[in-house]
Amino acid sequence: MGQPVLKDTIAGATVVTLPGKPPEVVSLPAATSKPLGAKLAGWAKAAMVNLLPPLITVALILLFWQLAAHGPQSSLPTPTKIWEEAKDLIVEPFYWAGSQDIGLGWRILVSLQRVAIGFSLAAVVGVLLGALVGQSVWAMRGLDPVFQVLRTVPPLAWLPLSLAAFRDSQPSAIFVIFITAIWPIIINTAVGIRNIPQDYRNVAKVLRLNQVEFFFKIMVPSAAPYIFTGLRIGVGLSWLAIVAAEMLTGGVGIGFFIWDAWNSSRLSDIIVALVYIGVVGFLLDRLVALLGHVVTRGTATH
Amino acid sequence: MSYLKIDHVDKSFQRGAATTEVLKDISLVIDKGEFVSIIGHSGCGKSTLLNIVAGLTPATSGGILLEGKEVNAPGPDRAVVFQNHSLLPWLTVYDNVALAVNKVFGSSKSRAERHGWIMHNLDLVQMAHAKDKRPAEISGGMKQRVGIARGLAMEPKILLLDEPFGALDALTRAHLQDSVMQIHAALGNTMIMITHDVDEAVLLSDRIVMMSNGPSARIGEVLDVRLARPRKRLELVSDRTYIGAREAVLKFLYERHRFVEAA
Repeated sequence: MGQPVLKDTIAGATVVTLPGKPPEVVSLPAATSKPLGAKLAGWAKAAMVNLLPPLITVALILLFWQLAAHGPQSSLPTPTKIWEEAKDLIVEPFYWAGSQDIGLGWRILVSLQRVAIGFSLAAVVGVLLGALVGQSVWAMRGLDPVFQVLRTVPPLAWLPLSLAAFRDSQPSAIFVIFITAIWPIIINTAVGIRNIPQDYRNVAKVLRLNQVEFFFKIMVPSAAPYIFTGLRIGVGLSWLAIVAAEMLTGGVGIGFFIWDAWNSSRLSDIIVALVYIGVVGFLLDRLVALLGHVVTRGTATH
Repeated sequence: MSYLKIDHVDKSFQRGAATTEVLKDISLVIDKGEFVSIIGHSGCGKSTLLNIVAGLTPATSGGILLEGKEVNAPGPDRAVVFQNHSLLPWLTVYDNVALAVNKVFGSSKSRAERHGWIMHNLDLVQMAHAKDKRPAEISGGMKQRVGIARGLAMEPKILLLDEPFGALDALTRAHLQDSVMQIHAALGNTMIMITHDVDEAVLLSDRIVMMSNGPSARIGEVLDVRLARPRKRLELVSDRTYIGAREAVLKFLYERHRFVEAA
């Protein structure tokens, strides 16, 4: 209906595209829906490529396990037996039926809380100490040998000492997390800071940035990729350490659950707990990696 | 009174028992608004000299006087445009300049004034359109423009350019040389530029300082370039003064002070 009007007013040959317009309005939604469909197909394909192989692997492991542990005198429960015995643990991670009869989700959360406190402390202290060691030659000469010796001490070896110092299981467990996670954070931060290009230091000197400004504006962003490598190793070690520490200190966490299950010969429960620990550890690692990826997207591309 | 005075500067580096003398008895006086190039073969210590003026490297003996006062530490009054731009890769173009402006004018200018000043300097180097880009997303020439904007934004008494166009292709380099000439004409800054490009030195400079080969490099000769400004690259090609100056520098570099190791 707009065609004649335009033709009359402009009365020129330049408006040639108009006649084709009205029918095209119909084809527009079709045009947008097509890429959407293609996108969905693309996602489906990506999901297939990425998810199918691990799913097949898991299925094969379960099948092999089922066949291998099938015999009557087998000491290990089969997957089907685990499903029968520990179904409540698997399908209902967040049930609450009394102080020691709670879902694995709650136990994981308690352990995660300890890791969060210990690891956060380790991150802050580790980055500061790493900055000191990376920045000052004398601090490196004095502290680095000590760090190199201390970092080889296994996490659990610290536990008796921290129990003696704190006289309580909760802070002791947190201390073990702290002391386990801090070494890779210190060492990686120090390496990152030693690798700050001289050019950035010169820029800071010309601008007369003070120590605090230099720390936040040059050091931390420049060393961020290294710092996050340290944090990623640290969070992995924390998760390893908390399970072991909780087995000894007791309380609520997932580590104590495993120890408790062992004492009451609930092998199925232990296996379910192991799967939980593995999945959560994997997610923690991915979380820190993702955070690092977001924070360092500027530095990583130079 | 002289604006910048490089007063009997010696520089030697100590490595264990061995001492290498890089610069020997360098003295130079630079007036306000002057554009001085320092040219010499690689390894002759011209970058070291610039770093001494910037305060990034201490002189072994002698010193630098700026407006009659000795300077021996780096500061924004002697802004440096680094050879490899040295932009911070995690900051945008705007934030790179803002880092300098907020530090230098944090107390003397309001937030709005600082924003205006940042944009003004980005405009000077024609980079306002890319203010939200990160250094990795812009070309080498653009990075160097931002580097110059950052230097200018500090409102330095003297702008030190350390082979600013060395890593750029010939066309981009010509564009940037023109930009620097325009900025120098408009603002009247005092500039010292390190270069190893004879044409660049003659085109941009009021004086060319030619350095002899190291070790123990000295100022071999200082050439006055008596060309009227504004200078036009194309017109100068056939200009007799230009050709003469060019020849003088080439003769110094390739006849009297041939770089033996490079042969």
